[in-house]
Amino acid sequence: MTRKILGLAALSAVLMSGTAFAQTTVKIGVLSDMSSLYSDIGGPGSVAAAKLAIADFTAKNKDIKVELIGGDHQNKPDVGSQIANQWYDVDKVDAIVDTPNSGVALAVNEITRSKNKTFLVSGAASSDLTGAKCSPNTIHWTYDTWNLANGTGKALVKTGGDTWFFLTADYAFGHALERDTGAVVEANGGKVLGKVRHPLNTNDFSSFLLQAQSSKAKVIGLANAGGDTINSIKQAAEFGIVKGGQSLAGLLVFASDVAALGLPTAQGLVLTETWYWDLNDDNRAFTKRWQQERPGKFPTMVQAGVYSAVTHYLKAVAELKSAADGKAVIAKMKAMPTDDPLFGKGEIRADGRKIHPAYLLEVKKPEESKYPGDFYKVRATIPAAEAFRPLADGKCPLVSG
Amino acid sequence: MFEIFGIPSQALFGQLLIGLINGSFYALLSLGLAVIFGMLNIINFTHGAQYMLGAFCAFFLLQYAGLGYWTALIVAPLAVGIFGMIIERLFLQWLYKLDHLYGLLLTFGLGLIIEGVFRNYFGSSGLPYRVPESLQGGQNLGFMFLPNYRAWVIVFSLFVCLATWFLIERTRLGAYLRAATENPTLVRAFGINVPRMITLTYGFGVGLAALAGVMAAPIYNVSPQMGADLIIVVFAVVVIGGMGSIMGAIVTGFGLGVVEGLTKVFFPEASNTVIFIIMAIVLLVRPAGLFGRGA
Repeated sequence: MTRKILGLAALSAVLMSGTAFAQTTVKIGVLSDMSSLYSDIGGPGSVAAAKLAIADFTAKNKDIKVELIGGDHQNKPDVGSQIANQWYDVDKVDAIVDTPNSGVALAVNEITRSKNKTFLVSGAASSDLTGAKCSPNTIHWTYDTWNLANGTGKALVKTGGDTWFFLTADYAFGHALERDTGAVVEANGGKVLGKVRHPLNTNDFSSFLLQAQSSKAKVIGLANAGGDTINSIKQAAEFGIVKGGQSLAGLLVFASDVAALGLPTAQGLVLTETWYWDLNDDNRAFTKRWQQERPGKFPTMVQAGVYSAVTHYLKAVAELKSAADGKAVIAKMKAMPTDDPLFGKGEIRADGRKIHPAYLLEVKKPEESKYPGDFYKVRATIPAAEAFRPLADGKCPLVSG
Repeated sequence: MFEIFGIPSQALFGQLLIGLINGSFYALLSLGLAVIFGMLNIINFTHGAQYMLGAFCAFFLLQYAGLGYWTALIVAPLAVGIFGMIIERLFLQWLYKLDHLYGLLLTFGLGLIIEGVFRNYFGSSGLPYRVPESLQGGQNLGFMFLPNYRAWVIVFSLFVCLATWFLIERTRLGAYLRAATENPTLVRAFGINVPRMITLTYGFGVGLAALAGVMAAPIYNVSPQMGADLIIVVFAVVVIGGMGSIMGAIVTGFGLGVVEGLTKVFFPEASNTVIFIIMAIVLLVRPAGLFGRGA
């Protein structure tokens, strides 16, 4: 009996505290690739990261109530648009996060603008999201094509890799990456000797690799992603490309790709990321918590970016005490300096670009790797001011006024 | 060195050889499909998933049992073949009398389920698998660098293809099989266990897919969707060769590999379309396929 009364008392206390504090409610939707080639880059791991961000934030701010849902856009812009519309109109979602695949992200970008909601991009790469297509309702958080091209391209040209040959995925993303990297190479005194454009989801790269080999270029730039990148690196090792003196530049390589390749195959590969799980104690602590939901895997920069973006978003919503007006929330987010355990202190520019340092990484040799997930050594840190495209070069209408 | 259409002959020879190597995967896979269709009248859309299972099986053997590539080359096709026979006993055997469409839908669905389960447990980015020690390195042929592993792939798959053709077209067992397809009642009257023979044939076809999977593991990305991408092309190969024709599957497999390889030099953007263009032309001119027996 006493136990029952105690229970009731506890329950009513919870209810009271609930009514007393829960003033603001926010609903966040993680729209990602949950089932296909990019699902290890974002996907369920992004949902797990968002959960952690929400748990951390609501632990300190009890007057805000956050709901989280996830959706699979299947890498199809039409499916992604339909989910976004339904989330905003029917399910009353305030913000959509992540969204790898630039095609889907550009579609959601427009929908979010027209409905005055909030779009926080972590997974998509296209630098157009803060360039010609920039929006007062969108923030591009983690990385972009310009950022990758600049990091890897510049570093390799500076260390003697002054002739390039591109293996490019034949669609908008690959073309953008090839264009941005080619520009960086030439601006730094290098030369692009040739390129070959392969269809998306190609199984065999040996023909293309032979063409790259006979071009005698010092660097073979892989302007592709996911399975295409894995296949090209795997087969480049087989054809002795690196042993023959040419080096590979992975222009978009994630930690999950390195795990899929294994260090014996991936060793020596140079790449750019804005976040690496083993960089410092805060990142390692986050990884440990994240792995409770994703055992055996290592978070990518995209997933870390989701944590960071959601954290900053909730801070802005807590200040405004409302998430209803997307433009107002984004303006608030831009006004407040960013600060979280994963990306440290940073800022968001007028064009919606989040600014933080980037890291030029090299994949370790198998004998240098001490424990699972010990993938990279840091070759250089690219300071925040140089890591992203200068504001004036993006031609974002928000900037010119 | 001379040039052909502006391409140095050196590069061209390299591409021809590469095409032949890729063709050996098409040949192995379309051979399995042709055996299954020819003998069972089932359009086996699970083939891609079974190819993937072969590659995963090789990975499991290495990871959990420490058994390398050579063991996997034998064990994986057996294991996946047995798995195939279970599927045949459980599901397919009820469909032989029905329209092709039922078998197609069932196998397509099974393929999706298998791939979905693997994606759930292993993610989409794939697992590492290395070229076996003894086949690492390569030969400089003068016109190209040929990795030893690729040389092995082409020789071994050619051997498997020809052995299968011989088994079905030139031996007594093969004759029974072909007869059982034509008239199962009569063959059964001679005291031959037709249902068991058909189960074993399906297992064999599936085993061929798994074998191709093991051979692909060191050079292609071992991921749950590795078969889904390939299977459509392989079906086109089978259609071009003529459904159910064993020799047709082998010859078109290698031939289309070469055509695709050359497209990668002259017009790389079209390299994954060219096979379908050929398929459309062949269907217009010879609807039964290049080596088809019917129509």
